[in-house]
Amino acid sequence: MTLIEVIISILLLIGGILALISGIGILRLPDVYGRIHAASKVSTLGAITIMVAVFLYFLVEGTFVPKLLLTIFFIFLTAPVAGLMMGRSAYRFGIKLSDTSTEDDLKKYMEKKSEANQ
Amino acid sequence: MFGTILNIVLIMLSLNIVICFVRTLIGPSLPDRILALDAIGMQLIGIIGVIMIAQDTVAYAEVALVLSILAFIGTVAMSKFIERGVIFDPD
Repeated sequence: MTLIEVIISILLLIGGILALISGIGILRLPDVYGRIHAASKVSTLGAITIMVAVFLYFLVEGTFVPKLLLTIFFIFLTAPVAGLMMGRSAYRFGIKLSDTSTEDDLKKYMEKKSEANQ
Repeated sequence: MFGTILNIVLIMLSLNIVICFVRTLIGPSLPDRILALDAIGMQLIGIIGVIMIAQDTVAYAEVALVLSILAFIGTVAMSKFIERGVIFDPD
């Protein structure tokens, strides 16, 4: 194995391990908000790491592929927005936090807003 | 050696797709299912990247790009739908 293959292998393995960590989080965390936290952050970083490895592989081979850079940029831009939308819709859908949660800051804000509307 | 690592990463990503599918089946509420489907989209992008290295072709670059866009739009549309019952609200 050459040096660049070692670097690409390390990046790919980091991506796969991050994907597995996010899978464990999705399966085992107690409520929806924790699962959104696992799914939207960790699996996004895993996908970005794998795409960086793919980009490096083809760059070393001599082909510059701007579509891969565009994919990385787009995932980086849209995944937090998707996580925000899922969390907000889950809260407005009326899903309770888990019993071990101690703080609910959005509840105070929602109550203040509904008082202001009345 | 390099091919073995590619196979290991593919197996990891596939295992994660199975886990997300289990969450889609047992998920107690609707947002659970939506987030599991979103995570499946992310892992599919990773799988396509690994297959690009394994087959040594850049033909699948568009597939990864379009898949990321579709996963994002699907997630946002389903979240808006369960939030108010409408996808395009005027305000």
